[in-house]
Amino acid sequence: MGVKKAITGAQAAAEAMRQINPDVVVAYPITPQTPIVEQFAEYVADGIVDTEMVPVESEHSAMSATVGAEAAGARAMSATSSQGLALMWEIVAATPGLRLPIVMSLVNRALSAPINIHCDHSDVMGVTTVGWIQIFSENAQEVYENLLLAIRVAEDPRVQLPAMVNQDGFITSHAVEPVEIFDDALVRKFVGVRSLDRALLDVEHPKSVGPLVLPDYYFEFKRAQEEAMSKVFEVYREVGTELSAITGKQYPFFETYRTDDAEAVVVVLNSAAGTAKAAVDAMRAQGKKVGMLKPILFRPFPYAEIRDALKDAPVIGVLDRSMDFGAYAPVYTEFRNALWELDKRPAMQSYIYGLGGRDIMTTEIEAVFEELLSGKVDPEHQRYIGLRG
Amino acid sequence: MPTLQEIALKTSGADARIVSGHRMCSGCSIGPLIKTVLAASDKPVIVLSATGCLEVVTTIYPFTAWNTPWMHVTFENAASVAAGVEAAYKALKRRGRIEGDVNILAVGGDGGTYDIGFQALSGALERRHKFMYLVYDNEGYMNTGNQRSGATPFGASTTTVPAGKVSFGKPQWRKNLVEIVAAHRIPYVGQAAVHNTLDLYKKAQKGFNADGPTVLAVLQPCTTNWSFDPALTMLYSKLAVETNFWPLYEVENGVVHINTKPSNRKPIEDFLKGQTRFRHLFKPGNEHVIAEMQTMIDDEWARLLKIEESGIQF
Repeated sequence: MGVKKAITGAQAAAEAMRQINPDVVVAYPITPQTPIVEQFAEYVADGIVDTEMVPVESEHSAMSATVGAEAAGARAMSATSSQGLALMWEIVAATPGLRLPIVMSLVNRALSAPINIHCDHSDVMGVTTVGWIQIFSENAQEVYENLLLAIRVAEDPRVQLPAMVNQDGFITSHAVEPVEIFDDALVRKFVGVRSLDRALLDVEHPKSVGPLVLPDYYFEFKRAQEEAMSKVFEVYREVGTELSAITGKQYPFFETYRTDDAEAVVVVLNSAAGTAKAAVDAMRAQGKKVGMLKPILFRPFPYAEIRDALKDAPVIGVLDRSMDFGAYAPVYTEFRNALWELDKRPAMQSYIYGLGGRDIMTTEIEAVFEELLSGKVDPEHQRYIGLRG
Repeated sequence: MPTLQEIALKTSGADARIVSGHRMCSGCSIGPLIKTVLAASDKPVIVLSATGCLEVVTTIYPFTAWNTPWMHVTFENAASVAAGVEAAYKALKRRGRIEGDVNILAVGGDGGTYDIGFQALSGALERRHKFMYLVYDNEGYMNTGNQRSGATPFGASTTTVPAGKVSFGKPQWRKNLVEIVAAHRIPYVGQAAVHNTLDLYKKAQKGFNADGPTVLAVLQPCTTNWSFDPALTMLYSKLAVETNFWPLYEVENGVVHINTKPSNRKPIEDFLKGQTRFRHLFKPGNEHVIAEMQTMIDDEWARLLKIEESGIQF
C-alpha cells in the first residue's frame, strides 16, 4: 500500500521522477509541461534528489543534452509539450537510432497554428513513426506508474529504446486527483540503476557513437531498431508483472471496459477514456450493451491482441484527438489495420473530438454509442464531435 | 611546454587519440589541427562532433579513426550534447559511479558554430558547463561544396552567393565569433592558426585547463573549396596571420592579448591570390572590393591593438 496524495498529473510525473532520482534531468519550460519541471526543480533545490538538473535555452538543446547525458552513461530524463516536441523533433528522431533509453513525459497539447495551449494529441501523433515507445495515461495515477514502468522497459538490454509517457495537457496535468504513491525504497529497488556498459564516460573502452552510416549499412541499423521494438511486448509484460508486486495492479497493453458482450465499442486515448467509461455506465444502466477500449501501449502497437479483444464487436467507433489531414485519423488507422485480418470485420466509424482542448461530454459519447448502435456508420468519412455547426 | 618533436610524438602512433586511416582530403588542415588540440589534454578527452567534415571523414561505419570516446548527434547541437555529457560526468562522479577526470571537447565547423549551432553554443557558455568548444573555421560549408556561412569573408565567392556579372560574392563582413563568445565572460577564448603548432597547443592547453567553458577558434584552410595546391595549406594559414586577416590572440579572463604582431603586415592580396573563391576579385572592376577588404582588416587590427592597450576587460 502506498500513500495517497492529492496532486496533479504534472506533480505525479514529478513524483515518479523524485523516486527515480535520475542522474540528469534536462528541460525547457513550456505550458502545460512547466509544472513538472518546476516541481522537480524544487526537489533539486531542497536536496530531496541529487540529480544534475540542466535548465537549457530551448527544447532542441533539451533533447540534445539529454542525449549527451544518456550516451555518457547517465539515466537522463526530460519533459515537453507540443511546440517543444516539434522543436526537438530532429533529436527525438535521432534518439532511437542511437539506442538511448531516455524516458520523457509528453504533456499533450495542440500544435500551432493557430496557437493554442490546450489539450489534443497532434503533438505526439507527429512522432509515432520515429521509433519511441509510446505509452498513454488516463489520469495522474497512470502517469506516475507508467513513468516507473517506462524506465525499466526502455533500459532493458533487449530494448534500449526511448519511451514517451503521455498525459493530457491541463485535463490531467493541472487537475488535482488522489494519487497513490508507493514506497520510495520499493520503487527505487524496482527502477534500479542504469548500467554503464555502453557509456562514453567509460574512457578505458572508447566508443564511437553516431557515425556516418552509408547505404551499405544504414538499412541494417534500422532493421535492428525494429527488432528491438518488437521485444517491447515481452519486456513490458515482464516489467509490468514486477511492478504489480509493488502496486497490486495489472499493466496490460490496453484496457477494456465492459466490452465482453458489447454491441458497440468506443476506442479512446488518455483522459477522455474516463469520460467514456461514465458514458458506458450510463448506457449500460439503460440496458444498452456498450463498452470501451483504451489503448495504453501505442508504440509498438499490439495489433494481434487488439484484434483478439475486438473480434466479437459488431461496430466500433474510434475517437481521435488529432487529425491526419487528407487521410484517416491516426488511432482510427491503427484499429482499421488491426482488424483487417478478422474473418468477420466490424463496422467502423471515425470521430474527431476535442481539438485545441474542446471539452468532450459524456452525453456526446452517449450520442456516439447511439449512432453506432443504429448502424448509421460511414467508414470512409470521419465525423466531428462538438464542432460548431 | 613540450617541444614540437614531443607534440609530434603525442599525435602519432597507436596511442594517439585520433589515428590514421581517416578520409580527409589530401592537404586538409583538420588533421594536424585536431591532433594538436587533442594532444594538449592531460586527461582523457570525450569528443562531441557536430555534423561536418571532421565527423564525415573520421567515422564512416564500420570504421572509426577515434581512439578516444567520440559521439556525433546532429549539426547544430555539439555544445548542447557536450553540456549533457558534462552533466552526466558531474552526476556520476558525485554518486561515486565513475572515477578519474576527463576533458570534454565539442567540435564544429564554422557552419555548425557561427550559424546553425550558435544558440546551443551561447546557451552552453552562459550555463558555464566545463568544456572546450573548438571551431575549425574554413569559412563556409566546405563539407558540402562551399556554401556561404556567417564566417565567410567579404568578397568570397560561394555557391550560394557566387560572384557574377552583378555580384562580387559575399557583400557582408564576417561575424566576430571570438568577441561574441568573450562577451559571455568565459574564462578563456583563443584564436589560433593551424600552422603555428606551439601556439595552438598552448591555447588548447589553456582551454582545457580553465575553470569553465572555453572556446578555441582555429582557421582551417580548405584545399578543396578554397581551391589551392594541397601542398600550400600551411602557407595559406601563415599568410592569413601575416596579413592580419586572422590575428593570433586570446582573451584570458576577459583580458585581450595579441600573441603575434606582424612587423610588416603583408597586403591582403598575398592571402587572396591563388584561391579560387577570390579569383574574381583580381578582374578589372573589382579593385574596390580588395581595397575595402584591406581597409576593414586594417581598421579591425587597429581596434584590436587599442583593446589590448587599454587593458579593459571583456
